[in-house]
Amino acid sequence: MNDTTYDHPEGSLAALAKPTWLDVVNSWITTVDHKRIGIMYIGYALIFLVIGGIEALIMRVQLSVPNNHFTSPEVFNRMFTMHGTTMVFFVGMPILFGFGNYLIPLMIGARDMAFPRLNSFSFWVSAFGGLLLYFSFLGGDGLYGAGTAPDVGWFAYAPLTARIFSPGHSTDYWILGVFLSGIGSVGTALNLVVTIISLRCKGMTMGRLPLLAWIYLVVSWMVFIAIGPLTAAQIMLLLDRTVGSHFFDAQAGGSAVLWMHFFWIFGHPEVYILVLPAFGFANEIIPVFSRKAIFGYAAMVGATVGIGFVSLGVWAHHMFTVGLGPAGNAFFTFATMVVSVPTGIKIFNWLATIWGGRISFATPMLFSIGFLFQFLAAGLTGIMLAVAPFDWQLGNSYFVVGHFHYVLVGAILYMIFAAFYYWFPKMTGRMMSERLGKWHFWLFTLGFHITFDLMHIPGILGMPRRVFTYEADRGWGSWNMIISIGAIFQVIAILIFVWNMIRSYMKGEKAGPDPWDAWTLEWSTSSPPPHYNFAVEPVVESRRPLWDRKHPNDPDNAYE
Amino acid sequence: MSTHTLIETDSTEQWRLPDKGLVGMICLIVAEVAIFSIFVVAYIFYIGKSLGGPTPAEVLTLPIVSTICLLSSSITVHFAVTTLEKGKSGLSTAWLALTVLLGGIFLAGTAQEWHELIYEKGLTISTNLFGTTYYSLVGLHASHVFIGLVMLSVALLFGLAGKLESKHAHRLDMLSYYWHFVDAVWVVVFIVVYVIGR
Repeated sequence: MNDTTYDHPEGSLAALAKPTWLDVVNSWITTVDHKRIGIMYIGYALIFLVIGGIEALIMRVQLSVPNNHFTSPEVFNRMFTMHGTTMVFFVGMPILFGFGNYLIPLMIGARDMAFPRLNSFSFWVSAFGGLLLYFSFLGGDGLYGAGTAPDVGWFAYAPLTARIFSPGHSTDYWILGVFLSGIGSVGTALNLVVTIISLRCKGMTMGRLPLLAWIYLVVSWMVFIAIGPLTAAQIMLLLDRTVGSHFFDAQAGGSAVLWMHFFWIFGHPEVYILVLPAFGFANEIIPVFSRKAIFGYAAMVGATVGIGFVSLGVWAHHMFTVGLGPAGNAFFTFATMVVSVPTGIKIFNWLATIWGGRISFATPMLFSIGFLFQFLAAGLTGIMLAVAPFDWQLGNSYFVVGHFHYVLVGAILYMIFAAFYYWFPKMTGRMMSERLGKWHFWLFTLGFHITFDLMHIPGILGMPRRVFTYEADRGWGSWNMIISIGAIFQVIAILIFVWNMIRSYMKGEKAGPDPWDAWTLEWSTSSPPPHYNFAVEPVVESRRPLWDRKHPNDPDNAYE
Repeated sequence: MSTHTLIETDSTEQWRLPDKGLVGMICLIVAEVAIFSIFVVAYIFYIGKSLGGPTPAEVLTLPIVSTICLLSSSITVHFAVTTLEKGKSGLSTAWLALTVLLGGIFLAGTAQEWHELIYEKGLTISTNLFGTTYYSLVGLHASHVFIGLVMLSVALLFGLAGKLESKHAHRLDMLSYYWHFVDAVWVVVFIVVYVIGR
């Protein structure tokens, strides 16, 4: 990061003096620059990724052999609650908003987000939410001496969250942490929508908008509609716990199932909020490494909007085992199956983009190809679980855990890795090591498949999720041992990734403005970009402005 | 390839994009609608499911006066905006003052209603499901009215200090959208709580 170019209001005197570390810290804390906020979002998410990963490892150690006592049942409950909450709210959301913050203004030729101070506020309020959640390890005891971190599961079903079943303050910390993260998410989503609608550079019509920006537009819209119910439900739960209201209190006629509905009205769109940006990264990366324009731009936009729309009507497929009645089962099975149409369109469009291209297997492309296979497999187990009778058999089993980790790790995390390798040169000005990148990819893929392919099997054999241990005669022991061994490969791969980032930042090869010979506007400015992004506001005439500039005799807009 | 511009062309057509204040306010309202709809759904879901009294029919009376005040404040804030657009700051300040007054009467009406319910009719948020849903839905709306009133009062203070000019009309317009939204929510709350729920 070229901190020295950061403009000090004091003027030339301050620019002459070398900034002390305090100046640097101050400039980061007070910044309203979308690139710095984006990097802080990403850095913050990476820290929580490590924390959430350690929690996952603790669970894997505990489950690797039957009748294990590595952790107590109480600690195990805290681990799966904190792992889920952390990964969804404090890794997934911030890392995606981080990339959105960094990339969207650059891609649409803007100098910053629409509301820079709101941007800063949203980041810090989300960050504070994460700190509050983890402060529960210290402050969750309350006056009751019961519990430390939250242990109610990431979807916090009633009545377990009621004051009598969950004494102390741990659940209150969970509510407030998630609530604040929601406020930050809505703020950033609002900022992204306004930036994309109102700050596009000249010539950037909606039909020429990069697909990543289209996706962030739809995602932000979904954030408004999905985070609202979560916020409302958290307010209700907080009222139940603090002033004695009865929203989810069955003793007074309240309904525990209502909480499930409210939570999953948020929870299922949330899955698409997390996975759509991964699709967006694929939309940018796959064409560049296939040396072809994206196949079916309009169909991609339509499919994105379609996924956004359908995803709002599928929430109760998380609740088949509650008993929805024939009409509910039929509707939610059907609606869930319908999602596979727009996602299928996307997969075929990516394949058609690769088809006949001059494919370069650089690390971002390797991760993208891994993503294509794994996302397809995750979709197939998703279709299986969408069938209500199948779900009655395997709901809340390790089959479900395997399925959604296939989406969250196999699809989303893979595309996040691809995005790191692709945009790291833009953010730092230096290339990441391809050799280490390939080690990262192959080790992680090996570990991923050992862990999450096999995780489906104990589920089919009847192992429920969230059990802290199991008897030896169930026959789950060797499967769990192999699953835990897979985690070791993933840890080594992640360590290589972290080392790759640190080493490349220090002494990686200089990247230059456009190392991948790409086509979108962020590659037209220096790496890292100056804080004003573009010295002259760009003007675009097609979906691939840099192609036009590199090939003035064969501009793109003739074919659009 | 460094930081210089792309191909400059003489695009004659004008490049106009939607106003960012307006888009932002629409986004905020959509997000707020999502929150309110969940509270409304909870209210409707729990109508008649309380295990004990008091019931809505026993304790609720139609808040006609405060409803009229709140709805007419939408008209007055509209006039505050249009007069400011024409540069009539003094008149705009007067309309703002009237808006704040009407909003204040509404909040005072809610306060009085709650006082009566709590101290005379014995309904609190923990009494039964009706109390739970009633206080949370009406309270959520009232807190939005309060936030709107604070912002309107800030504008009013600027007007009284003579700092309100026609260049601020756009900002006041955006604030008025929020106020109209709060009013529209009251129409829904009124129908759900005082008409359907009673």
